[in-house]
Amino acid sequence: MSEVKTFTVNIYTENNIGLLNRISAIFQRRKINIESLSASESEIDDVFKFIIVVNVTEEQMAKIQGQIERQVEVIKAFYHTDEETIFTESALFKIKSNLLFEEPQIQNIIKESQARIVTVNKDFFVLEKAGRRSEIELVHRELKPFGIMQFTRSGRIAVTKTEMPISTLLQRIEESNEVAFGKPQA
Amino acid sequence: MDVKTQNTSDTTTTTMTGSEALIHCLVAEGADLIYGYPGGAIMPFYDELHKHQDKIKHVLTRHEQGATHAAQGFARATGKVGVAIATSGPGATNLITGIADAQIDSTPMVCITGQVGSHLLGSDAFQETDIIGISTPVTKWNHQITRAEEIPEVLAKAFYIARSGRPGPVLIDITKDAQFAEFDFAYAKCEYIRSYTPTPTVNETEIAQAAQAINEAKKPMIVWGQGVILGEAEEEFKAFVEKSGIPAAWTILGVSAIPTEHPLNVGMVGMHGNYAPNVLTNDCDVLIAIGMRFDDRVTGNLATYAKQAKVIHFEIDPAEVNKNVKADIAVLGNSKETLAKILPHIEQKSHTAWHQKFKDLYAIEYEKVIKNDILPTKEGLTMGEVVNLINKQTNGDAIIVTDVGQHQMIGIRYADFKKSKSNITSGGLGTMGFALPAAIGAKMGAPEREVVAIIGDGGYQMTIQELGVIFQAEVPVKIVVLNNEFLGMVRQWQQLFFDKRYASTTMKNPNFCKIADAYEIENQKVSTRGELGPAVEKMIASKESFFLEVMVEKEDNVFPMIPTGASVSDIRLE
Repeated sequence: MSEVKTFTVNIYTENNIGLLNRISAIFQRRKINIESLSASESEIDDVFKFIIVVNVTEEQMAKIQGQIERQVEVIKAFYHTDEETIFTESALFKIKSNLLFEEPQIQNIIKESQARIVTVNKDFFVLEKAGRRSEIELVHRELKPFGIMQFTRSGRIAVTKTEMPISTLLQRIEESNEVAFGKPQA
Repeated sequence: MDVKTQNTSDTTTTTMTGSEALIHCLVAEGADLIYGYPGGAIMPFYDELHKHQDKIKHVLTRHEQGATHAAQGFARATGKVGVAIATSGPGATNLITGIADAQIDSTPMVCITGQVGSHLLGSDAFQETDIIGISTPVTKWNHQITRAEEIPEVLAKAFYIARSGRPGPVLIDITKDAQFAEFDFAYAKCEYIRSYTPTPTVNETEIAQAAQAINEAKKPMIVWGQGVILGEAEEEFKAFVEKSGIPAAWTILGVSAIPTEHPLNVGMVGMHGNYAPNVLTNDCDVLIAIGMRFDDRVTGNLATYAKQAKVIHFEIDPAEVNKNVKADIAVLGNSKETLAKILPHIEQKSHTAWHQKFKDLYAIEYEKVIKNDILPTKEGLTMGEVVNLINKQTNGDAIIVTDVGQHQMIGIRYADFKKSKSNITSGGLGTMGFALPAAIGAKMGAPEREVVAIIGDGGYQMTIQELGVIFQAEVPVKIVVLNNEFLGMVRQWQQLFFDKRYASTTMKNPNFCKIADAYEIENQKVSTRGELGPAVEKMIASKESFFLEVMVEKEDNVFPMIPTGASVSDIRLE
């Protein structure tokens, strides 16, 4: 119970300015570092999604989930371990173009890592590598001696192996509301 | 956002400004008594208030913090949503203490702040501050309005969120241009927000499990909190306590949900609570927590808190379950509903032998602490005897508003309450300066009741400027300052834990009666036992506001006491 693990938190929300501040404050108050964060649309129209990665104990995680779900504009929050999740990150490397021709090792790194060249011009080329953090870090380590002009890595994006019952939840909310208040207005 | 509102009878639209719309929203929500302070960015709204004085009474406080505490006092005395208004910048930031207080004590409040024009947002304009960012961690919800068209829906949501489920404070920030702009107004009350479930649905299995555990218990104990009062579940709670025959103790905010003299009321739990319920928390076999959140001032050291007991937690907010104390059975829902549902399953019992344990420990506390507090034989006056005399003069019918510190603990320990919503205090945040403005709000919300504010000499000076409201708005509040010329609670800790090094806790006080004189408030100062009784009698008999200063023993301590980090059963009597 007290073991610190990596959790991927999926938060389904209404789209509202300031909500990210509200959610991040929950972590900040407890002095928990957000390892990565991404925000996007979800599988449901008009429902948005934050994916936050944190290293905490399961006990802490459950309490934080409760605090997140208390927020008025949060529909539902789920948390999962790495074993329960399919996840990936994406990284971009900007490198001088001449190195591509002068350093044959770079071509090997690209080939072995299955990285993709996004663009090449006379000054630089951009390499994209998607995958686990460790795979991206490996590419980074290998390219570093040759000089990296710019490097950016995205937050984790993830889907769960089991079903995320958000659609049925929303349907249930909708139906129970219809029972309580009569047919909703358009 | 998916929000459903229900149209009231008037569905026609009328063209009006955002400011006028705000007035109509407040009227529609029944907010006819509000507190606030004007300033540049909220002036269009104040201009409309001036035109609608027949519909809304606005009370000018002397500081925005006073407006929030008055709104809180109003809300706690009436059960309605309190409203506080301020301008942008410093006006808005001055609200924060009251908002944080309302958040931790679950008080329904809507704060409306003016904001610089939307074209100036983010430009560090005069009196611009990011009040949405600042208030986010201490509000249940907040929202900035930049277009007049948003006003009806956002205000409807604000009131709905503030009062529903576990209540709390909401802040709405409105730019000056949105107050001026004209639009077609129509109002509909909010009854549903897709992402918000204010009250969990009651689960019959949880009810059955809880009932079984309660019926099988040999030494059960109830600890109730403000959830009973906020849920307006006083009748259901009393029926539950009386049928189950279980000794019931309260947290500071739960007091007065059932009368002090009720035979099953065994007193307060926590740091300065009663001896019996604290000690027996670690002896009971089933601990039934109702509408309370296991604050650290209640539990003492969690590692040794009620470890032997099966814990049943009746709670409206799922995030409170297992937060501090693991619940063996959680019963989610509004206390009014859950208590009504469990009652038919509860067996009638009396637990006579178990009750005797509470009585025996009470007898010890009475001999060692209570007797000396309320019927002292020493020369100096005690805070307890003042409270005891107020009880006698008010027959326990008064609303007692307390500030924070020694007098708060003494006031709540010894006040006699007969009706619910009779104590108003700052519990979770411990805000000194709360009492005077909160008492003003309480008296205006419940004018038929006697309201007595009991305040220390420290806290009194934190919001003393609100005497101006009593003066101008003629609010007949009774003010009792228990003056020990110390910041008493901090001094007590310094005596017990810092070898009597009284760092910055001695107070050279002004002549408080002269200050009362300046506001034309009748007043008296007493220093002897002989003067005290007649002075309290005179104060309560007065139809107007009255200020009573009582010089009490300088270095009295509040006992019992659970030192920080100690177990509830290690409570000290001296």
